[in-house]
Amino acid sequence: MTIASFLTQLLELAIAVALAPLLVGWVNMCRAWLQNKSAPSLLLPYRTIRKLFMKDAVVAQSASPIFRTTPYIVFGAMCCAAAIVPSLATDLPFAQAADAIALVGLFALARVFIALAAMDIGTAFGALGARREMFVGFLAEPALLMVLFTASLISGSTSLPTIVDALAHRELAIYPSLAFAGVAFTMVSLAENARIPIDNPSTHLELTMIHEAMVLEYSARHLALLEWASALKLFNYSCIGLALFFPFGIAAAGDWLALIGAAPALIFKLAIGGVALAFIETLSAKLRIFRAPEFLGTAFLLAVLAMLVNLLLGG
Amino acid sequence: MNLSGLGLVGAQLPGAIPAQRVPVSSGQLLAACRLGWEQGSRLVALWISDDRDRARGFCLHIALHDQEGVTLLEYTIPDASSAYPDISTIFPAANRMQRAAFDLVGVASESDDQRPWLWLASWPIDKFPLQRDFVASPKWEPGEETYAFVKVEGDGVHEIPVGPVHAGIIEPGHFRFQVVGEKVLRLEERLGYVHKGIEKRFESLRIGEAHRLAGRVSGDSTVAYAWAYAQAVEAIADAAVPPRAAWLRALALERERIANHLGDLGYLGNDGGFAFGLAQFSRLKEDVLRLNLAAFGHRMMMDYVVPGGVASSLAAAYAAQIREQCPALEREIRILRDIYDEHAGLQDRFRTCGRAPPDLAQQLGLTGLCGRASGQEFDLRCDFPLPPYDVIAPRKMTQTDGDVAARVTVRFDELLESLRLCSALIDGLSDGEVNAPVPEPPPYRLGLGFIEGWRGPVFIALETGPDGTIRRCHPHDPSWSNWPVLEHAVIGNIVPDFPLINKSFNLTYSGHDL
Repeated sequence: MTIASFLTQLLELAIAVALAPLLVGWVNMCRAWLQNKSAPSLLLPYRTIRKLFMKDAVVAQSASPIFRTTPYIVFGAMCCAAAIVPSLATDLPFAQAADAIALVGLFALARVFIALAAMDIGTAFGALGARREMFVGFLAEPALLMVLFTASLISGSTSLPTIVDALAHRELAIYPSLAFAGVAFTMVSLAENARIPIDNPSTHLELTMIHEAMVLEYSARHLALLEWASALKLFNYSCIGLALFFPFGIAAAGDWLALIGAAPALIFKLAIGGVALAFIETLSAKLRIFRAPEFLGTAFLLAVLAMLVNLLLGG
Repeated sequence: MNLSGLGLVGAQLPGAIPAQRVPVSSGQLLAACRLGWEQGSRLVALWISDDRDRARGFCLHIALHDQEGVTLLEYTIPDASSAYPDISTIFPAANRMQRAAFDLVGVASESDDQRPWLWLASWPIDKFPLQRDFVASPKWEPGEETYAFVKVEGDGVHEIPVGPVHAGIIEPGHFRFQVVGEKVLRLEERLGYVHKGIEKRFESLRIGEAHRLAGRVSGDSTVAYAWAYAQAVEAIADAAVPPRAAWLRALALERERIANHLGDLGYLGNDGGFAFGLAQFSRLKEDVLRLNLAAFGHRMMMDYVVPGGVASSLAAAYAAQIREQCPALEREIRILRDIYDEHAGLQDRFRTCGRAPPDLAQQLGLTGLCGRASGQEFDLRCDFPLPPYDVIAPRKMTQTDGDVAARVTVRFDELLESLRLCSALIDGLSDGEVNAPVPEPPPYRLGLGFIEGWRGPVFIALETGPDGTIRRCHPHDPSWSNWPVLEHAVIGNIVPDFPLINKSFNLTYSGHDL
C-alpha cells in the first residue's frame, strides 16, 4: 500500500460521507419539481442532521445497549461499504480486504442490527417495521448477489475494483447480461433504500412504514446517524450501480490526472441517477406489501437471466 | 314511515323536511323500530334529553328516516334508574349512540354492552353533563380509564395499538388491531378523545347566536351544520328564507363539497404512495378556498349561513369568478381522473380494498357518500329536494362495489356534478334580499334540520327554551353510522392498507365526539 492509494481511499470515503446527504437533498428537490411544487433547499438534509445532533437524545426506559449502539454500528457499516465501493478510483487498499460478497454482508449486518434495535423497545410499530424489513431483505439480498455474480463472471473476480477495471477498460459493446442485471439492480436498490414502490420515505402513516417504523423511537444524535446512514446507503447503492453499469470516468491505479476528472464525473452521474430515481418515485404508486415478493422475484429472475445469458452467450 | 299497524299516530312537525313525531310506550318502542326496519327505514340519530324539570322524566328520541321523511320516536323514561329497550339489536349503529347517551345523560339501555363511549375519565363517572342539575367543576383531576377491548385468541395472533396520537397531524382516535401476520382479524375503534361538551355549550347559548357553534361541530362540514341548524330554527319560528339566500346556501354547500372531495382525492392518491396526486389536488382545493375567502369572507365559509338567510350577499364580480372557475376546475379534474384511472399501481391499491358490500352496508346502515359507494341510494338533495335543489336537480351518484375504488369514483362523480350545480346556481341566481328577520321562536318546541353535507346527511334537533334560549340541541354527524362499518370493511385486509381505507371513508372525529 502506497501513500497515494491510502490518500485515495481516504478521499473517497470523505466524499461519500460528505456528499451522501446532498444526494438525498437532490432527489427530494427533483421529486418536488416533478410534482409542480417549489423544492426544499438542497442543503436541507445537512441542516436536519445538524439540528438532530444539537438535540438531547431521549431513549426509552426499556432500551438495552443494542438500541444505543445500533446507530453507530449501522453508520460504521455504511462507511465500510463506502470504502469498498470504487466510486472515484479503483486503487483502494481497503477493497482488498472485502469483496462484493462481503459488501452484501455489510448491508445485512446493518439490517440485522437495525431490526434488533426496532424490536428492542417493544413497541408494536418497531416490531412491525422489523418484520417487514426482514421480509423485504431476504428477497432482495439473493437478487443483489446474483447481480454481483453476473459482473464477477464477466470480470472473473468478486473484488469490486477488479470488476470495475475489467468493465471500464474493455471495448465499447452492449452486454445483454449487464442490461438484465441493470434492471434487476435498479429494482433491488429501490427496495433496499426504502423507496417507492416498496416503501415510502416521506409517509406519515405509521401503519404503512417499513424503514421509518424501525427508527420511530430514535431521536437526536442517534436519529441523525441513522438518517445519515440511510443517505450513505443510497449513495453506496448508487455508486455500486455506477461502478457496474457506467464505470467510465473512474480513475485507474496510479492515474492522478484521471482522479481529478473522476470527481466531477461522479457528481454528474449521481445527479442523473437522482433525477431517474425521482422520476420512478413520482410515476409509480406504492405496492401493496404482498406485491413485494412479485417485484423482488422479478428482480431475482432478471438477475438469474443475466447470469444465464452470460454463461450461454458469453456476453 | 307508516306506524298505523301499531295503532300509533304521529304529529307532523313543521319544517322543510317532512317529519312526524310519534310518542311510543315501552312495549311499542321495539315494535315500532322493527316495523321501521322492515319498511326500509334507517337510523339517523338517538339521543336523550333530561325533562325532569318539567316533570316528564327523561325522553329518549330515536330519529328514523325513509323515502317519506323523518320519523321521530319519543319514549318517556320515568327516572335515571330505569333502562330502555336495546335498539342495537335492530339498528346496530345504535350501540355507540346508546353508550354515549348514558355517558352524557345517565340513562342506560338494556344492552349487554355498557362500556363507556365518550367518557374518558375526564369527569367523575357518576356525573352526567347533560343532566339539568349538573354543575361543572374545574377541580376534577383526569383519571385512568381501562377499556375492555375484545381480544382475539389464537396461534400467532397479536395486537397493534395505534393512536390516539398519530405520526401525522390528524385528529385523535385509538385503533386496536388484532392481526395475524399482516392480516387484520379484527379492528376496534375507541373514540371520544375530542369530546368538547358541545351539546352542553349549546344550552348556554341563545338561539340567535348558536349557528356559529353549530358551524364548528366539524369544521370541514361547517356549511352543512350551520344550514341544518338554521333549518331547525326556521322550522320552529316558521320563518321563510329569501330565494336568493337559499340559492347562496346551496352554492356554499356545493363549494364545501367540492373543496372536501378535492382534498380527499389528493390524500387518497398520497396514501397510495402517489404524491403527485396530492400536489395537484391540493393546488385545485387551494384555488377553491381562496375564492371562498374573497367571495364569502372565510376560506371554509364559516358563519356564512345564518338563521333567516346568509350573512352577506355575493358580489357580481365574485359570482362571475365562481362561474369561470367551474369549467376550469372541471377540465383539470377530468385530466387528473384519467391519470388516476389509468395508473395501474394506484388502481391495484384501490380495487377490492376495504370492501363494504351492499348487503353489509344496508344491514349496518352505512350512510352518505360511503353508503352511495356501497349501493345505498340515499341523497337528501334528491330525495327531499329543498329549493333550489328542486330546480337544479342534482343527480344521485352511486356505485355498488363498496371498495376504495368505488368511493373514489363516487367522489369524482359528485365533484363533477357539484361543479355543474355551481354553474347552474350562479346562472339562476335571482336578485333580492339575502336575509329575512327570524321572529323569536316559541318555547318548548322541537325543530329538525337535515342537510346532505359532503360526508352524508347532517342532522340537528333543536328544542327551544323560554326567552330565546336553547333547551337542548343535538347535532348528529353521519360518521356515527359509518365508523362501525369501517371496522367491518377492514377485516381480511392487510394492516398497511388501513390508512387508505380509513381515508376513503374520511369520517369526522370532532363531529362524532362532540
